[in-house]
Amino acid sequence: MITTPNQTQLMQGNQAMTHGALYAGARFYAGYPITPSSEIAEECSVLMPKLGGMYIQMEDEIASIAAVVGASLAGAKAFTATSGPGFSLMQENLGFAVMAEVPCVVINVQRSGPSTGLATKPAQADVMQARWGRHGDQSVVALCPSTVAECFGLTVQAFNFSEKYRIPVILVADEVVAHMREGFRIPEDGEVTVIERKRPTCHPRRYKPFETDIDGVAPLASYGSDYVFHVSSSMHGPDGFSNNDPVNATRKIEQLHRKVEFHRDEIVITRSFDIEDADVLLVAYGITARAARAAALAGREAGIKAGVLQLLTLWPFADKEIGLASERVQTIIVPEMNYAGQVAGEVQKVVGPDRDIRRVNRYNGQIITPDDILEVMTR
Amino acid sequence: MVVAGSGLQYLKKGITPHMWCPGCGNGIVLAMIFRVFEKLDYRMEETVVVTGIGCWGKADDYVVTNGFHGTHGRALAFATGIKAFNPRLHVVVLMGDGDCITIGGNHFIHAARRNIDLTAIIVNNFNYGMTGGQVSGTTPSGMYTSTTVYMNPERDVDICALAAVAGANYVARGTPYHGFELETNMEEALTKKGFSVVEVVSPCPTHYGKNNAMRTPVEMLKWIKGKAMTKAEYDSLDPSITGEYFPIGKLVDRDAPDFNTRYDEIRGRAMKDRTP
Ligand SMILES: Cc1ncc(C[n+]2csc(CCOP(=O)(O)OP(=O)(O)O)c2C)c(N)n1
Ligand code: SF4
Ligand SMILES: [Mg+2]
Repeated sequence: MITTPNQTQLMQGNQAMTHGALYAGARFYAGYPITPSSEIAEECSVLMPKLGGMYIQMEDEIASIAAVVGASLAGAKAFTATSGPGFSLMQENLGFAVMAEVPCVVINVQRSGPSTGLATKPAQADVMQARWGRHGDQSVVALCPSTVAECFGLTVQAFNFSEKYRIPVILVADEVVAHMREGFRIPEDGEVTVIERKRPTCHPRRYKPFETDIDGVAPLASYGSDYVFHVSSSMHGPDGFSNNDPVNATRKIEQLHRKVEFHRDEIVITRSFDIEDADVLLVAYGITARAARAAALAGREAGIKAGVLQLLTLWPFADKEIGLASERVQTIIVPEMNYAGQVAGEVQKVVGPDRDIRRVNRYNGQIITPDDILEVMTR
Repeated sequence: MVVAGSGLQYLKKGITPHMWCPGCGNGIVLAMIFRVFEKLDYRMEETVVVTGIGCWGKADDYVVTNGFHGTHGRALAFATGIKAFNPRLHVVVLMGDGDCITIGGNHFIHAARRNIDLTAIIVNNFNYGMTGGQVSGTTPSGMYTSTTVYMNPERDVDICALAAVAGANYVARGTPYHGFELETNMEEALTKKGFSVVEVVSPCPTHYGKNNAMRTPVEMLKWIKGKAMTKAEYDSLDPSITGEYFPIGKLVDRDAPDFNTRYDEIRGRAMKDRTP
């Protein structure tokens, strides 16, 4: 590692995500600069070649995610980072990574839109883009950090899920978390679990790159190994070659969804703060989760029993956890930096149309403050 | 047993009926690639055939080396990741004119500029065969396609000239009619370090031929033959008529350092640098 482990260091969120990726074993980065994610590219351009890895600046984000997918199939743990406009450009090839079951990580440091919008200002408006941005029928995993330490930890986690389940994993950060500096301790090597993709052990002639094991995941070889294999964006059978048989297509689509669904309890990560006796439940994510915690503490001082459920995994959605936490509260509040209430709508689905959800939304490039939330809480 | 020199060991078994039309150039080009693979003794394990989307882009379905069939226009970008991370691989990229030059033109320019050690084999049939013969960035001006029924008002791009100015180490053009020359050029392209390009001007009798009053595949092949000439012949033409013809054979051959070689220098510098 390049950093000194086991020492508390002052680090920016973007830097922490970079170090998280390196800790997880990433050795290939391809990207195209965009604020507020560019520090990740810069840091990778310095550190990757030192570690024998590679940094390559591609001609656009379409090419960036393509190169990441290519490198992953050549055996690399590979990733890219971008913001909303670049994330939009990546969607088609990200869909490819879902279909061809290629492990890779995409960091989207959200900024305000639509389009160039308030270019460098924060927002949390890509929650639905992360979930539904691609065409076709598919599941994804998306994680969301709220502190610099989580930037590190969730990046390692993103690689772990990605390698374990042969899926692209999206890290949905936001401008504030990415640019904020906080002290945190870099774990020592071996302290945090790092997962490697399952490799084939059968005879090379027997290898089928999409023949799944009991866990719904097929071992993945690398180009250049003894295992020769074929990967395709077209509907394919276990051998990777085109196969338009409806029975095969049904099986494939179900498998793509189910390998995420079946491991949902492992993938969905939440943190709860004071929710046991809460009358008011705040469901929050990213930087806004911190405002929510401050608001909940202030609320308790004022005699309101408030608690916070923080979503570290945005997708698959924490429906069970929210359902449980909301059972006996009187009020549910969902603060987020978007107009439409992208997560509030999902929470509404969980608790049903009859329950009132108070929304706190900001979409002007300014963050939601504890006071904004407190005001709604005490209304 | 596979006949020595045929390259048939690279052909996937049981793929007939294949999807290409009678008279299409694609099969001729793929057979050539297989023969050159055999000549160069390419091992399946070390070879990755990357394809774009289109009729020619379907070629990977017929190949038993490592294969990669990606998204429309992005084959070179995927291939760049493969080759950059594992430079020992032979990465051969098969794309149509629409795929490589039209939707994927930017990746083509940058793959050449980066001089990444890939070989691009582009089948230029002047239109989008797969989707029904629509106009492409390489459809000559004034010609007819299913979306330029009054004639193509735009101009075509010269793939080889573009590759040359963008920095490719090796550029050649050929046609299925000139089989021997084309196979030689393919071999040179595959052995060249750095970005190499072979443009194959090829018949799509089903769409381009039909839309331009060429009734049979033979007629279409003859039309292509009539336009092809050596570079020397082409250079001696009156400039007012060069647009009617194209030069075939080797057009660029140079040895600028390829991307991976240059990146190794970067690693050397980075590892010497002690700053954290
Ligand atoms: C993003 C996207 N846009 C459009 C298409 C539809 N499409 C498939 S192949 C093709 C054109 C193929 O033309 P070319 O690359 O020249 O190959 P050919 O079929 O002529 O060999 C198009 C437009 C697609 N698959 N993806
Ligand atoms: S449509 Fe044209 S390019 Fe496609 S297979 Fe038929 S002849 Fe070949
Ligand atoms: Mg074409």
